[in-house]
Amino acid sequence: MTTDLIVGLYVFMLATFVGLEVIRKVSPLLHTPLMSLTNAISAISVVGAILITGAAHATMLSKVLGFIAITAVVTNIVSGFLITDRMVKMFKKREGQK
Amino acid sequence: MAPYVGYIYVVSAALFILSLKWMNSPATARRGVFAGETGMLLAIVGTFLAFDVHNWTWIAAAFFIGTAIGIPIAYIMPMTAVPQRTALSHACGALAAALVGTAEFYQRQPQAATELRGFVMVALIVETLLGFLTFTGSLMAMGKLQEVLPQRPLTYRNQNAVNFSLFAIALGLAVRLVIVPTDTLLFPIFVGLALIFGVLLIIPIGGADMPTVIAILNSYAGLSACAMGFVLDNKLLIIAGALDGSSGLILSIIMCRAMNRSFTNVLFGAFGQIQVKAGAKEQRAVRSASPEDAASILEAASSVIIVPGYGLAVAQAQHKIRELFDTLTRRGIDVKFGIHPVAGRMPGHMNVLLAEADIPYDRLFEMDDINSEFPQCDVALVIGANDVTNPAARDDKTSPIYGMPILDVDKAHTVMVIKRSMSPGFAGIDNELYYMEKTLMLFGDAKVFVGEIVKELPARAAA
Repeated sequence: MTTDLIVGLYVFMLATFVGLEVIRKVSPLLHTPLMSLTNAISAISVVGAILITGAAHATMLSKVLGFIAITAVVTNIVSGFLITDRMVKMFKKREGQK
Repeated sequence: MAPYVGYIYVVSAALFILSLKWMNSPATARRGVFAGETGMLLAIVGTFLAFDVHNWTWIAAAFFIGTAIGIPIAYIMPMTAVPQRTALSHACGALAAALVGTAEFYQRQPQAATELRGFVMVALIVETLLGFLTFTGSLMAMGKLQEVLPQRPLTYRNQNAVNFSLFAIALGLAVRLVIVPTDTLLFPIFVGLALIFGVLLIIPIGGADMPTVIAILNSYAGLSACAMGFVLDNKLLIIAGALDGSSGLILSIIMCRAMNRSFTNVLFGAFGQIQVKAGAKEQRAVRSASPEDAASILEAASSVIIVPGYGLAVAQAQHKIRELFDTLTRRGIDVKFGIHPVAGRMPGHMNVLLAEADIPYDRLFEMDDINSEFPQCDVALVIGANDVTNPAARDDKTSPIYGMPILDVDKAHTVMVIKRSMSPGFAGIDNELYYMEKTLMLFGDAKVFVGEIVKELPARAAA
């Protein structure tokens, strides 16, 4: 086992615990936007897709698969963040009266 | 690779965590979205600057197409279609992870001995397996939500046996690929099995279980991105994937708890199949009422609790309900909403619809907070909800939904239920609530019926 792997596992373990603690505090009101937000965040796999498509010696297969992957994941980033914002904007308190 | 990219990724990871933290309240939620966007932008720009990226035309074209698809999805999609969009985005995210894994597998073949061994290969297999099965599974879920596919569970004999053996074969191939990562012919078979398994896993699950299923698929899509992080040794991917994975996990646990069921029961139980006999019962009398009757009862009430369900989303009745809410509130009537965690087709579905109609969120109450108020409440108005109000879940040990926490609608002084017909709900279980002395059935489309009630209520209060 390499140290890289061990470090990776530590990061995974800690991030999971942070995630569990943070998500548990999210108001049930916002569970739908939460899901679209986490989905947009996990579209960070765009980094992997860019690297495989943009590799200096990328094969045609890599380019094609990478191209589809980037398209899919950029769709998620764009629509995910925008729709989350559209949703959370709608949550308003009672204005003025009473 | 420029070394500074590591610092950018750290900042980006911190922003992602803050982004989720700020989702804890509607007041800070927009800031959370902004933090997430900033984190994403930093990560993408950092990647472009720091790595030696080629094939710009391919990448630019993909970014352009993705943006061109993403913007209309975000703005045109009606709020009632949010569950479908969410399922679609899980499919897209999972597909991307799976395709990157596949590309890595073939790209690294020349150096397989050093770059595809041990844990890296395990991570790559997890990435592609979860990615492909989540891809087809989410498409199936989307088909069910869009009602392209039947919402009823599709089952056949020995279903679980078939599914398990298929999964076992896929796992066997996975092990073989980890041992012999150069077996490029085996890989497509493995991919095919993962795709088929995703379909078979979701088709036996019925519409009412979609909140749990969507949450589980959310978790899988995240874990798949996380596994990609291990393949590429990229900590940012590991963190973002783990956050998504744990979020999906928590939501699915909440959903399961709200139905008093276990994961395995949701995934393999094929709910709603066994109860066919319940439908053949004799007809029992119910009391039905007109919009005028409903309006005069509401007028006389001093507190009303509205219980929305999936029927509200189907009828797109949220704006009419807002009118009702306004009219009643103006008359000094205390109107609250009681929302069951699994009401609708995804976690928080009802809240978003009601917020869209401008109903203030401090009027929306969770099940545990509102249940104590039903005994003092004059009218409970159930709109398109069924199983989550069924007292059998509390009293009838033989009922299939026994033990599921419900909204205690039956304890209100008067109960009114807006429903299309007497047909039983998704689970095919008769609802005792409808036959109670104090229950009035309001038959009709939720949107039309609520509109008629509003018309019957004089616009201004007498006092």
